[in-house]
Amino acid sequence: MKIVEALNLTKSYEMGGETVNAIQSVDFVINSGAFVSFVGPSGSGKSTLLNMIGCLDKPTKGSLKVDGVDISTLNRQQAAKFRGETIGFIFQDFNLIPVLTVAENIEYPLLMVQNWPTNERQQRVKTLMEAVGIGDQANKFPHQLSGGQKQRVAVARALASKAKLILADEPTANLDHDTAFRIIDLMKAMRDEFNTTFIFSTHDTKIMDSAESLFTLEDGKLSQQIQGGQAK
Amino acid sequence: MKILRIASRNLLRYQRRTLLTTLLITLGVVAMLLFVSTSGSFKAMMVGQITDSMMGHLQIHKKGYVSSIDSLPLTLNMKPKMVEKAEAQLAKMPQVEAWSPRIKLGAMFSNFSETTSIRLNGVIPEKEVATCPELAQRIIGDKPVNLIERGKLLIPELIAKGLKVKVGDPVVLVATNRDGSVNGINFIVSGVLEGLSGPGGRDGYIHIDDARDLLRIDDNEISEIAIRLKSAELEKPAQKALQAGIGQMLNLQDKPAFEIHSWDKLSPFANIAKMIDLMTLFIKIMLVAIVLISVMNVMIMAVYERVREIGTLAAMGTQPRTILSLFLTEGLLLGVVGAILGVVISLLIIFGLQQAEISFAFGRQTGLVLHPVLTLGDALFASGTVIVAAVLASLQPAWKASKLNPVEALRQV
Repeated sequence: MKIVEALNLTKSYEMGGETVNAIQSVDFVINSGAFVSFVGPSGSGKSTLLNMIGCLDKPTKGSLKVDGVDISTLNRQQAAKFRGETIGFIFQDFNLIPVLTVAENIEYPLLMVQNWPTNERQQRVKTLMEAVGIGDQANKFPHQLSGGQKQRVAVARALASKAKLILADEPTANLDHDTAFRIIDLMKAMRDEFNTTFIFSTHDTKIMDSAESLFTLEDGKLSQQIQGGQAK
Repeated sequence: MKILRIASRNLLRYQRRTLLTTLLITLGVVAMLLFVSTSGSFKAMMVGQITDSMMGHLQIHKKGYVSSIDSLPLTLNMKPKMVEKAEAQLAKMPQVEAWSPRIKLGAMFSNFSETTSIRLNGVIPEKEVATCPELAQRIIGDKPVNLIERGKLLIPELIAKGLKVKVGDPVVLVATNRDGSVNGINFIVSGVLEGLSGPGGRDGYIHIDDARDLLRIDDNEISEIAIRLKSAELEKPAQKALQAGIGQMLNLQDKPAFEIHSWDKLSPFANIAKMIDLMTLFIKIMLVAIVLISVMNVMIMAVYERVREIGTLAAMGTQPRTILSLFLTEGLLLGVVGAILGVVISLLIIFGLQQAEISFAFGRQTGLVLHPVLTLGDALFASGTVIVAAVLASLQPAWKASKLNPVEALRQV
């Protein structure tokens, strides 16, 4: 089943009076449950592409369907609702809410976006904290955690609302080598446990080897697609 | 958790800034409430003295009397028929507690060695006491059983001091009658009245029958009727009712026969009261300005510093209206905490002022004791104003936060 389908996808914007073609006529399909990486050097368009898949930005041309919905048709409120229900985000800088504890950060989308009942919410938070290995950190605030722990919280938060698709923009860029691998392994384990599609961007060649499908971007164009199996 | 918890934690995150803003709001509330309570106390005290010991709440005169009141014209007295009609209406009015008919006159006052002019009120003692219950309190020293008896005179402090007259001294009053003849009668000083600011504040009092004898008036004509109402709030409806009744009666020239005035139209203190109200308004405007500027400043800073965080919330699917509510709640909390602290501190200071019994002088009146009172209405008004202003001040920054583009917000370093 297709979770992401891009057809002739193009994104351009104005910068300093000039038109920058960030993504140029890209076609690709990502199936549900996949563990996919977009790779490429800085400025290749990885973040722009992830922003569009995450309904944070709209294409200039072409079509992009996420979970069967053409994201170009969504207005601001609809896009927010769609993101809250369908997509989870993991950021390079973790982006945890500093005034909330670990448990509250994971609980946030369930409470403020989806309004789950208290019991189910607490159960879900507990399950996720155990799953990502931070069960004993529930009452700590983000500034009391290491980088790896913060990213585990971010993974749990992204999974909290049972998102079908999780987007991670350079999730390991601020982590040391070992922690980076542990986070990738965690993401893969979560994919297996919750059958969630993971799409992440990276420019770390060792990390990209962990992806099952690999899309290489250069100057806004897809130069290589390795679908299925272990990408090498 | 919900919005309130997140908002309060965000405020605590910038403790110094939140503390300073809250203190500023608190200071504004305290300044306003202290001004309102002390000026209100002063105003209420002065108005109370004027209405309860001198003027009553309303006064009825023959048309044209008030414009010539300085010369106390006997020719503009109300004739007995007019008095009957006025008293008939007053007797039917439920708002009226009492009224006092008065003959006002100017006379020469002599202690047999020195002479001065004096303004006098000829009154029916029981009616005057019922209309101006505080008048007796103005008598310095021992209070007589009856306010004024036949052949006795209450004189103002100014004349008592100037002519060195004391209680029990014989004096003579000489007045010019309406026909131009002069009449003099001996009186005994039965009391000295403390001076009050405003017209009538330095008048003497005699019995109304003595006034008639002195002026050789045979009938029941009078200069004015002072009216006491059951409460000061009834002033406007009572005046309206009188205006609709005797106010519509015409004289032989087809002009209104009566004029009805409230105390504030007859006393210059009403202008001071208006100035106090105006200053109170300015203080309230300053309070709103303080809250608007301080809260807007702190909220603009909050949005500016949390752009990336706002982008994260938006990316997670938080609706723009929730982000708006989050920042509005922060402003609301600043207002609520500032208002509560302000009211509590004001109550403490006002309690201290009441205990200290601060006295002051106003005009010739000395030893006036300030009794500041914080009314629930004033506290609610100040709190409500502060809270509404705080929310309004947060509106623009909150709106801006809710409209941030998530992609650009997340890109912010």
